[in-house]
Amino acid sequence: MLGLNSKDFTLFLVVVVLVVAAPILLNPFPSDSAFAQFNAGYPALMQRFVIFGILVIGFNILFGLTGYLSFGHAAFLGVGSFAAVWMFKLLSYNIVPAVLLSVIVAGLFSVVIGYVSLRRSGIYFSILTLAFAQMMYAIAYSDLLGKFFGGIVTNGETGLQVYNDDPQILMGPGDPTVPHLFGWEMNGSFTWDVGGWSFVFQNGYYLSGILMLASFYLAIRIFRSPFGLMLRAIKSNQNRLAYTGVSSRPYALAAFVISGMYAGLAGGLLAAMDPLTGAERMFWTASGEIVIMSILGGVGTLIGPILGAGVIKYMENIVSTINDNVVHGWFAFMPDGIENFLVTVIHPFIGKGWHLTLGLVFMAVVIFLPGGLVEGGQRLGRLFSRRKVEEKPPTATTEPAE
Amino acid sequence: MDDIILQILNGLDKGSAYALIALGLTLIFGTLGVVNFAHGALFMVGAFCAVTVQRLLGLSHTIIDESQTDFLGNPLKVEVPYVEGWFGPEMGQALISWSVPLAILFAIPVMILLGFIMERGLIKHFYKRPHADQILVTFGLAIVIGEIIKANFGANPIPTPAPAAFSGSLDFGVWLGFAENAIIYPYWRLVYFLFSMVIIAGVFAFLQFTTFGMVVRAGMADRETVGLLGIDIDKRFTLMFGLAAAVAGVAGVMYTPILSPNYNMGMDFLVLSFVVVVVGGMGSLPGAVLAGFLLGILQSFASMNEVKSLLPGIDQIIIYLVAIFILLTRPRGLMGRKGVMEE
Repeated sequence: MLGLNSKDFTLFLVVVVLVVAAPILLNPFPSDSAFAQFNAGYPALMQRFVIFGILVIGFNILFGLTGYLSFGHAAFLGVGSFAAVWMFKLLSYNIVPAVLLSVIVAGLFSVVIGYVSLRRSGIYFSILTLAFAQMMYAIAYSDLLGKFFGGIVTNGETGLQVYNDDPQILMGPGDPTVPHLFGWEMNGSFTWDVGGWSFVFQNGYYLSGILMLASFYLAIRIFRSPFGLMLRAIKSNQNRLAYTGVSSRPYALAAFVISGMYAGLAGGLLAAMDPLTGAERMFWTASGEIVIMSILGGVGTLIGPILGAGVIKYMENIVSTINDNVVHGWFAFMPDGIENFLVTVIHPFIGKGWHLTLGLVFMAVVIFLPGGLVEGGQRLGRLFSRRKVEEKPPTATTEPAE
Repeated sequence: MDDIILQILNGLDKGSAYALIALGLTLIFGTLGVVNFAHGALFMVGAFCAVTVQRLLGLSHTIIDESQTDFLGNPLKVEVPYVEGWFGPEMGQALISWSVPLAILFAIPVMILLGFIMERGLIKHFYKRPHADQILVTFGLAIVIGEIIKANFGANPIPTPAPAAFSGSLDFGVWLGFAENAIIYPYWRLVYFLFSMVIIAGVFAFLQFTTFGMVVRAGMADRETVGLLGIDIDKRFTLMFGLAAAVAGVAGVMYTPILSPNYNMGMDFLVLSFVVVVVGGMGSLPGAVLAGFLLGILQSFASMNEVKSLLPGIDQIIIYLVAIFILLTRPRGLMGRKGVMEE
């Protein structure tokens, strides 16, 4: 079906169902229950799931297939966001030109950076991409382009946003003043109250979701194509590839540009959901986060990185909001001494300390589970079913992204 | 002319920090073959050793001083640091004032211990894994160390002043025959530069003139043969990791008066130090030192107003530009050895 084999098609179908039903699936607790804070089914977070999903799907094409570890991918995300906001400022709030331009601009940047960086491999490639990304961050953060040409380009520390006196030449009189797709507002939503639950279906989420599915479909096709095989060959043995008379660089560059364009698309969508951006999106910790997401989920697998992006964004939004009172609530049934002890033990890992949890989980995954959560799921699955790996469908680990 | 000398001087202290961190990175890379993304975190931990010592020495108790009274005529409560009680007021004040240099004594064992734990507990298991895995696990470790520091010391920079004796500035220009106040250089930066020179010289001398260092150098050149000769090279390499950690640590301790430490400083320095290592040549100790000073001075030249008005913001990106240029024209870096990190 759709040019996919049955296994991939099942996987794709599962992801489609998950994306479509996410507003319901991610809201398992009634809104007034004590567990409501663990619900992930609100639009702002679900948008992040799918947008960062796009980003890591693209990153996976580069790192997962060719093995080139880019430590500067957030730069393309940032470039995409800036391009999109400029389209909002110059043309109108319609997101079509914004997203298109963000993909194109990110593609152009990745051609240049990729061409230079791919002349080296291994650690040098990582450091080169890191250097480029840091350079772009420095340029954006102090708005060097603006100082050079006069006016503002990235607007430095403040960040770029749309002001009332911007030209917006294509803006009609009745057009919405928020990002929209031909009048269909991104932040418009429909709330469905049933029982104690209230499910929010938001336009922006579904648009990003559809684009994520399209990117995912494209990624599956790339993974299964001769081109994808070529990329895997780069990872497994570049010398041998050279001896057989194949120059690997065009293939690696193509993978780099594709993943850069994916990042640009994600950046454009981030701006389309919330029309402002800043240089901090390009900082190298943001690039590090992309790497963490991919590794955590399982780099080189189709579904892994998306899973990783979901886990990280969920942790970022949910774990960071848990405070001591909540933990006290969990252990309230215990004697006071034990309760206080447990709260003290857990305290450093929640709330503001969620980065510590993230770092520890990430280290544990790198040390014990180089294949990420997908490998973990497969191991668990093998433990329980005692079947061979080959019979195990890769969808076995497709939990909702939480 | 005086401007140029001033910029060179300004570049020296930053260059010293880059050189010290890059030296440790190169030591670890040359001996263990591991790319250590947590090295910046070690620098930061060193800086927080200084903060810890400062706080320990500053621990105080309240006494009621009968000789002083507040505006109501009641005896005044004053905070008296314990050290003043133990060693007398003058000696106590001096100890507090000299907390940063004293912290070196505290930092060296702490850093060596931390280095041992890191190497034996974690990095040892990553020798056989790909470089990407080493980068990832040490990157994770850097996050964890940073967060632990943040949880204990907060996220804000903590000022740690230099000893009062070094708080002023040196009018360096007068020595060279320039007008007064033409070249002003803070004493502490001079101290930092001299200190880093001592450390660098010490590390080189250790490697060059001791039997231990000779074995380590032999191990860097050909680990397998050294092992076959019946020398437990792993043990020595672990020690070198501890040494590299201590170098990064004392570099951090001494840097605190120049830059108030916060939990992020390690990451900032790490990215630049990597660039320094790559420019100097992976695995080359003199290269790391040379590139550290070179890039530090280059950066301070780029932040001169004359240069900035010509190319705004060049100071922020010059190091990366140079790194990209060097990597593309001289892939091995300025003084890189053949066969190191070449696929």
